[in-house]
Amino acid sequence: MAKHHIEATVNGDAVEFLCETEDTLLDVLRDTLQLTGSKEGCASGDCGACSVTLDGRLVCACLVLGCEIGGRRIETIEGMARGETLHPLQQQFLENAALQCGICTPGFLVASKALLERTPDPTETEIRYWLAGNLCRCTGYDKIVSAVMDAAATMRKG
Amino acid sequence: MTMAETVTNGHTQTYVGTRTIRPDGVDKVTGRARFGADFSLPGQLIGRVLRSPHAHARILSIDVSRAAALPGVKAIVTRDDFADQPSEFIPAGEMMINYKDLVRNVMAREKVLYEGHAVAAVAATSVAIARRALKLIDVKYEVLPHVIDVVDAMRPDAPLLHDDLYTDGVEPKPEKPSNVAKRVEITLGDIEAGFQKADVIIEREFRTAPVHQGYIEPHAALASVSEDGSTELWCSTQGHFLVRAHCARLLGIDIGRVRVTASEIGGGFGGKTIVYLEPLAMALSRKAKRPVKMVMSREEVFKASGPTSGATVRVKLGATKEGRFTAAFAELKYQAGAFQGSPVQPGVMCAFAPYDIEHVKVIGYDVVSNRPKVAAYRAPGAPISEYAVESVVDELAKKLDIDPIDLRLQNAAREGTKAAYGPKFGPIGLEETLNAVKKTEHWNAPLRKWQGRGVASGFWFNIGGETCLSLTVNEDGTVSLMAGTPDIGGLRASLAMVAADELGIPFEKVRPIIGDTGSLGFTFLTGGSRSTFSGSLAVVEAAKQIKTELCARAAKLWDLKPTQVEFAGGHVKPIGDVADKFKPMSVADFAKVAGKTGGPIGGYGRINAQGAGPSFGTHLVDLEVDPETGRVTILRYTVAQDAGRAIHPSYVEGQFQGGAAQGIGWALNEEYVYGPDGKMQNAGFLDYRMPVASDLPMIDAILVEVANPRHPYGVRGVGETPIVPPLAAVANAMEGATGIRFTELPMSPPKVLKALKERGLNKA
Repeated sequence: MAKHHIEATVNGDAVEFLCETEDTLLDVLRDTLQLTGSKEGCASGDCGACSVTLDGRLVCACLVLGCEIGGRRIETIEGMARGETLHPLQQQFLENAALQCGICTPGFLVASKALLERTPDPTETEIRYWLAGNLCRCTGYDKIVSAVMDAAATMRKG
Repeated sequence: MTMAETVTNGHTQTYVGTRTIRPDGVDKVTGRARFGADFSLPGQLIGRVLRSPHAHARILSIDVSRAAALPGVKAIVTRDDFADQPSEFIPAGEMMINYKDLVRNVMAREKVLYEGHAVAAVAATSVAIARRALKLIDVKYEVLPHVIDVVDAMRPDAPLLHDDLYTDGVEPKPEKPSNVAKRVEITLGDIEAGFQKADVIIEREFRTAPVHQGYIEPHAALASVSEDGSTELWCSTQGHFLVRAHCARLLGIDIGRVRVTASEIGGGFGGKTIVYLEPLAMALSRKAKRPVKMVMSREEVFKASGPTSGATVRVKLGATKEGRFTAAFAELKYQAGAFQGSPVQPGVMCAFAPYDIEHVKVIGYDVVSNRPKVAAYRAPGAPISEYAVESVVDELAKKLDIDPIDLRLQNAAREGTKAAYGPKFGPIGLEETLNAVKKTEHWNAPLRKWQGRGVASGFWFNIGGETCLSLTVNEDGTVSLMAGTPDIGGLRASLAMVAADELGIPFEKVRPIIGDTGSLGFTFLTGGSRSTFSGSLAVVEAAKQIKTELCARAAKLWDLKPTQVEFAGGHVKPIGDVADKFKPMSVADFAKVAGKTGGPIGGYGRINAQGAGPSFGTHLVDLEVDPETGRVTILRYTVAQDAGRAIHPSYVEGQFQGGAAQGIGWALNEEYVYGPDGKMQNAGFLDYRMPVASDLPMIDAILVEVANPRHPYGVRGVGETPIVPPLAAVANAMEGATGIRFTELPMSPPKVLKALKERGLNKA
């Protein structure tokens, strides 16, 4: 069967690519578009390392097919900073030492951004449950939760 | 800059002890950092592994002809592509490597010994073709009886994994082979005499399940072998120099021809101290003459890379009625997986290390069974034996009606205590961690029904070892730092801070990188809590060379004797009666005139680091049991641990918190579940249940600093100890909440509910 020809928007840029039916959005991002910031930890939607937004909705890129995204808008970790300015979440992850190895970090940042867009002043419990789909094996989550709270405070100040 | 400066042993500390932003941080929050699977090369092939569907079987034949004929298949390797290796033990990490076993673990030879054991590997032009090719490989097996449990494997009639494995460490030498690879023993004093002095003796047997390190990044390797055997390898590893040694050996290539670059590493915890895919990718690339990239699936990570041992542990502890321990005995049976080499030896050595006990005996057995070969996991072996001991200590405290912290303080190892495993401790901080925990508000906070509080302590040795590191002063006065230990959690930040302080330059002017195996001399891996300890010692050595060189250059420039100049506060200064005669010169000043004063400026630390101070910790946990479901919720958690000197306090706290979280997972949920067919039933993150954010509270970290006298800043390794206390701390809290002494891990909801039901307690 011929490959699918797909046109979509990734981090604000128009992209077009060919993919097999079984190629996931994560395969397309990483292998075809060379956007390797989204990570594959499980390929089954359990670890959240490939978190991206699809028309503003948080999804695991490993659970979406590449051929499903025609005409849609994808945001990945690569689109999070604005020029030289890191997003407040990125800045707070650094200041709080919220990463050790860093493999889960892109997923946590994308997921946290999606949370703060809906809930600008989350409680610790809300953060913990929102991020329960993102696995981190290094930090015990303490500093990640603190970083999200600090970023939320920064963003509320504008 | 208004940072407080402290001076220890003549070392000015402007940055050490502060919370700098890690130099590799921006790349890691923007997705730019390249981890194992993020590397690609032009023309690369995709490699995939065919794995055993059986727990134990003889390989009768492997026919690859149909797979080889598939268009797009460029190379296939099997056992025939790897020369056999002699049986000999070589140190690797905190364990020993036997290449005869390693070559069989990376590719099965006579038999497959566990489900997931590699049998063949294929390189093809696409993933789809590689997958199709695996299905075309015809392997004929003679299925053999298997054995999974450690106690079953020790029975005389158990299915034998290796015909040539005779128990080591027993007299007389056994006549028959067995699954017991080794018996080890340590003895101090006379336990019979010790137990006779005891007023109270408690003896218990415990069981723990094998657990996986659970790094989020699967194993990944990209190899490119040229026609003359020159090899480039990129992979995710804790020790690329060891990868080089193992791969060169297994492929019969000179070490000097193999250049290994460690990618950013997405977690390891000991599990990335050994090779799996790397030699296969190299063998495929050598055949195909094209680069080959291989990445494990999560299922492969669970089934074919090392968990740590499950075990059965019996502990007997005696004490006077005043609470002084008189004698201690333990017997440890650790699963090694398919090949010998469980961490039973460190388990034996650590079991009673936190305590000053006159009479101690610990026996350990290293037992093979049809499971993946275990790999190191954070303080290998220690969490298991110390869990059992700390559970019994808690029970003893209750029986004697002594506060569990006071009981530990009364028996705590301190400076001068002779450890049962051999040495006399230098300055150590166990008492300090116990007192720190006792002083917290947490220790005295009220508890409700179904809630419990547990405390436990833990110990780990820490190591030093071979370490190379270079400091190069660039033309503009900035400094390039190159280390050979992969940065798994803030190492670059810590080393750059030490370099900045040693040379008296701004932290931001030091750029640390991790060099490949061609750039530095042999450097042991990131493991054993050694990388900050050993790396910072190497920085001090390299900086000393630079300072000595700059002093010599200044003396020449100023026409002074070497004794008339010194390096202090980031400058070379004239001293004594010439003190005001010349303007002090900074490192940057020398950089500008390097070409006219003797050429490039740099230092090379090349050390075998000694004097790693052991680290003790004490953990405190509150939890609540849901009597209707058996689910346990962690309510509150406090860690106190001796860091010696925390170079970067945030990353030290992070080690404490992360280790606690892993230990909580080990205690409550994580386990390998096997069916009667010997196959793992939960090889995915949904069913292998690691803690998620909503499972945990904030984890308070108390940094105790009892300086290590063998390090100029007082540093001790900190990474491993934090996983030791949580298992018993949680079990002790469970006893507080339910009155039940759980002796089997994990204390997962079905087991807890069953225990509650048996006692008629399953109603709120």
